[in-house]
Amino acid sequence: MKAAVLPIVHAPAVVDRGLQLDAALAERWLINFLRDEMIVRRGIRNAIVGVSGGVDSAVVTYLCAKALGPENVYGVRMPYSTSSDESFRHGGLVIGNTRVHDIVVNISDAVDGYLHYEPDASQTRRGNVMARQRMIVLFDQSAKYDGLPVGTGNKSERLLGYFTWHADDSPPINPIGDLFKTQVWQLARHLGVPKEIVDKPATADLIRGQTDEEDLGITYARSDRILALMLMGYGEEDMIARGFSPADVALVMRKVNATHWKRHLPTTAVVSTTAINEFYLRPVDY
Amino acid sequence: MKSRPKKRKALRRAPTRQTKAGRGGARTLGIIPRPSGDGSRRGSAQRQTVNLALVQFAPSKGRVDLNFERIEQVFAALRHDKEGFPSVVVFPEASLSGYFVEGGIAEVALKAGNVLKRLSNAAHRACGPNHASFDVIVGFYEDDGGKLYNSALYATLGERPVIRHVHRKLFLPTYGVFDEERFVSRGRTIEAFDSQHGRVAILICEDACHSVAVTIAALRGAQILYIPSASPGRGLEDAEPANVRMWRDIMRVAAAEHGIFIAYAGLVGFEGGKGFTGASRLMGPFGDLRIEAPFDGAAIVRTTISLQDVNIARAALPALGDLESNLAEITAMFEKEALSRPSRTKSTISK
Repeated sequence: MKAAVLPIVHAPAVVDRGLQLDAALAERWLINFLRDEMIVRRGIRNAIVGVSGGVDSAVVTYLCAKALGPENVYGVRMPYSTSSDESFRHGGLVIGNTRVHDIVVNISDAVDGYLHYEPDASQTRRGNVMARQRMIVLFDQSAKYDGLPVGTGNKSERLLGYFTWHADDSPPINPIGDLFKTQVWQLARHLGVPKEIVDKPATADLIRGQTDEEDLGITYARSDRILALMLMGYGEEDMIARGFSPADVALVMRKVNATHWKRHLPTTAVVSTTAINEFYLRPVDY
Repeated sequence: MKSRPKKRKALRRAPTRQTKAGRGGARTLGIIPRPSGDGSRRGSAQRQTVNLALVQFAPSKGRVDLNFERIEQVFAALRHDKEGFPSVVVFPEASLSGYFVEGGIAEVALKAGNVLKRLSNAAHRACGPNHASFDVIVGFYEDDGGKLYNSALYATLGERPVIRHVHRKLFLPTYGVFDEERFVSRGRTIEAFDSQHGRVAILICEDACHSVAVTIAALRGAQILYIPSASPGRGLEDAEPANVRMWRDIMRVAAAEHGIFIAYAGLVGFEGGKGFTGASRLMGPFGDLRIEAPFDGAAIVRTTISLQDVNIARAALPALGDLESNLAEITAMFEKEALSRPSRTKSTISK
């Protein structure tokens, strides 16, 4: 007698949902966020966005234009003498497509004015001075236009510590800070950010020819998957069992673990029972 | 060892207590048989309808006066609604202050009596001094002699305003973005009580994520469970936030299992980057979604329910009755375990 044949159904052993994003929902969510945090909570209608020509600031500009109306958004391009022409041109493309205000502030004189006294400053120090100078400009422009600087840092670079402390992370609100870089790319395509901006290699453009992935030593496609698993609570062995190389896993975890301090406010010596944010606890919108 | 006979007695006495409750609203702790099992509840009471309004809005953070004004505006809007004024108006968790208040809770917390007085004043101003009575449920931070709770009050507003019940949240989340137990104390009881509009119970947000809490409310005879909530949205993988889907699933299963109406009212708006998902909804006792608001934006959703559906649902799927049949054994099982724990400790110590 023949044995009855039963259908065998195979399901994937592991489903990675950490990076999945419904871009339409994310757009709606982040527009609500901008309106609530700016207009409802703070009574501010104008946004000041540093437009670098990269995908992060492009996405934030598109979102701000949709949330607040382009007439209430100021796109600020801040080239330095060594910045690439392509970045400047791509920034202009974003500003043109979204019809936000176009402001250009060249930071070369301000940066060089300080570095004149520090001729031996390393490339890293020079890059940090540029990043912090850009924040000086954005905050000053926010006073000029009665607006709020809006952050453009993504979750990947925040986790990897790939940003200048008290510079890129300074704006009081950030719509994309909980989106991994690969999710920002996905959202950018959904929002209609030009392909040439989405598809080009990500760069901080602080040094000529620099790219994020070369600096980090790993692609965002790989590091984001590792980061997502790590945040879900999986350990090194789990990730290696999923096919990631031990070197990649170690690299990502080392970067995260070495930069927790960058994701916090300055450490204050607690000497009382009323120390701010230790004992005296009030939420940011209280 | 003394506590054991007492507990058993409470279980046996429960049907008597239910009869008392049916007559006039005693607040009991006993287990109440489902209404359909009690002949005294048959007839017009079973066919009673309740017109509900579930309100979702974003309170102004820490501004209690302003939030009472918002409640007054809701009453005024409902007064002019074509459907007429509802029997019961449900507001979300922490409606008078916003949810994330941290150490500011002591500054925004109110005594329940004070909330009643101010709700009553709001109703008078919005609906006129001689308005018909209606019931209201409001989530707020409660100050009870310096002890702070995350509470929800059930009151009847009208000629003689009265508090029917104050539920204090039992399950205080302390994971992820939550840190409630750092700032407020735990409630201790889950009660059902009689209102003008059926026998009801209240659970606040995470309370209702524990199926045992809904079970207790149903065992105590609740026909309608009210859930004021504040659920921060997270998980944008699919077309709606994951927590909206989770709440709908929780409510559908709980409502169908116990044959109970579940009315949920959620905060909306962003607080410090965390966006609450309203999706205020009414789930019928067959696990049937009757109405649901969008997850974002202020809204009032309204619907009318018939309490008779509770009886019909419980007859069609007698899971609650079956649970009651087995409850004595289940309870005894837990009691036995509980009693054995201290004795083990004792014997360890004596050695």
